[in-house]
Amino acid sequence: MKTIGYIIQKEFKQIFRNKGMLPIIFILPILQLVILSNAATYEVKNIKFAYIDYDHTSTSRALVEKFNASSYFNVLTDFPSQEIASAALLRGEVDVVLEIPNNFERNLLKEKTADLSITINAIDGAAAGVENGYVNQILQTFNKDVKTNIIDTSKKPVQSVAIESIPSFWYNTTLDYKTFMVPGILVLLVTMITLFLSGMNIVREKEIGTLEQINVTPIRKSQFIIGKLFPFWVIGMGLLTIGLILAKAIFNIPMEGSIALLYAYTSIYILVILGMGLLISNFTDTQQQAMFIAWFFIVIFILMSGLFTPIESMPKWAQLITEFNPIKYFVEIVRMVMLKGAGFTDILPQLWKTMLYAAIMNGLAVWSYRKTI
Amino acid sequence: MKEENVIEADQLTKTFGEFTAVNAISFEVKKGEIFGFLGANGAGKTTAMKMLIGISKPSAGKAAVAGFDVYSQPESIKKNIGYMSQRFALYDDLTVKENITFFGGIYGLSRKKIREKREQLISELGLENISNKLVGSLPLGWKQKLAFSVSLLHGPKIVFLDEPTGGVDPITRRHFWEMIYKAADQGTTIFVTTHYMDEAEYCDRVSIMVEGKIEALDTPKKLKEQFKVDSMNDVFLKLARIPSPTLPKGKGENTDCN
Repeated sequence: MKTIGYIIQKEFKQIFRNKGMLPIIFILPILQLVILSNAATYEVKNIKFAYIDYDHTSTSRALVEKFNASSYFNVLTDFPSQEIASAALLRGEVDVVLEIPNNFERNLLKEKTADLSITINAIDGAAAGVENGYVNQILQTFNKDVKTNIIDTSKKPVQSVAIESIPSFWYNTTLDYKTFMVPGILVLLVTMITLFLSGMNIVREKEIGTLEQINVTPIRKSQFIIGKLFPFWVIGMGLLTIGLILAKAIFNIPMEGSIALLYAYTSIYILVILGMGLLISNFTDTQQQAMFIAWFFIVIFILMSGLFTPIESMPKWAQLITEFNPIKYFVEIVRMVMLKGAGFTDILPQLWKTMLYAAIMNGLAVWSYRKTI
Repeated sequence: MKEENVIEADQLTKTFGEFTAVNAISFEVKKGEIFGFLGANGAGKTTAMKMLIGISKPSAGKAAVAGFDVYSQPESIKKNIGYMSQRFALYDDLTVKENITFFGGIYGLSRKKIREKREQLISELGLENISNKLVGSLPLGWKQKLAFSVSLLHGPKIVFLDEPTGGVDPITRRHFWEMIYKAADQGTTIFVTTHYMDEAEYCDRVSIMVEGKIEALDTPKKLKEQFKVDSMNDVFLKLARIPSPTLPKGKGENTDCN
């Protein structure tokens, strides 16, 4: 125990004395949380909207005015014909074109129904879907009886739904993407910093030659490893704390569940990451190599974590791979606990898997650490 | 006479694939002796030393250090030896005091003992004014002397020094050897590699390694008589037929740095 204490003491001194390292540990994550949380948005704003009004009535003008009033649409132009509108769409000058046919007002008044045509640039499918949603919303408020035929650039007509649905959004009632993204980005920060730091730490001692000196002492493998990794465990927990405070202070993210539960889970989760870092440093000779390998894994982990893209929409084989992604579990847990108020029994499946993962990772890392060469 | 053997090597061998770095070397080192382990770069000195200090498993042969077997009891060996590598191996970003405390701590000395040793060591080396300075800011010679003192901190039976005076000025080398003599007088066995032949003269006995084999082993005086020369330098030149780099044999020569 005493031996471990000396190593921990030394590590902390070295970390806090390293003027280049401190900002990386504490300032960068804060910046990332603030910047990324604002930038990684699913909302589509400033949609370039144009219309062709063949009707020229007060009703058609009122409809255009509806779009004008919306904060999502920038109403650009009134095109005289369909051809000119299509050309503008091709050049990327507009995203959405609304075509109001002749006799729009008359049909609406007489037959209580009228057709509209909407063309959406669907190169970015996700954005087009969102735009479609906005357009529908506006049309619905304009007139519940308006029947729209929406045609995207692939010219596939989509029948508008006749049944009106009233969605009620649970756990994130205002559909604020920040509520969704901030906990996820917090996970990334904790993971990245602890993986990079622990991965590079032991390799660094290899590089400067002090590891050989350590290996000639009677220190036990486990003592050395615990002493080496414990400071990074503390830093990981510290990052979680800073992140949670920022999430509350800047983004007002709700904390429905128990903070203690989140900390308990994180304390085990960080063990997985530290074990991984140690394993990387066992198989590399320079910090550069360790960094590259850590990056390789981090990129895969992030993209397959369900943070930016839902895991449900990945192909089956990819979903299978995500089972080995620790970040996936952490993202799930953070969102469950913070937004849904999940309790201990709710997170048990992820908790078990994480514990197993931690045991395997650290087992492999300790086993592959060699005091001899 | 000191008779107890603290290092015994018998046909000790280390191979890396096809290349034999250490080829069946046998020797004994007695308690309190200053044993010089000489050889050209790449002769296998460091590889042999690494087997003795328990961080490299021998390929064949037997060896015991401080009475412990290098195969089965490397951790017991480590308790009884000090080691100073040719790469400076204290922490540059810790102060003199912190380095002493850390190494004392991982060798399991008590807090009181560490404090005593720390003060004694700092005053012996005359480092009082800079004991709170980072080791990285000290001149190399001071660092080396500090590293040697730190390797003696836990009172080891044997201390292994791998080219301890490389790159150090003659005055500091002289101080360094005074420290070595002092440690030897107190009963510590010194196992030192060097390629400064004047330093070889200071050793009680020397062995000269050539291409993985021990070609000569005796006191400097007897070796000079045997080879009918005046200095260890000439002994070394007669023995160490430094392999030409143009010969294909060069592969894997540079095991010294690994």
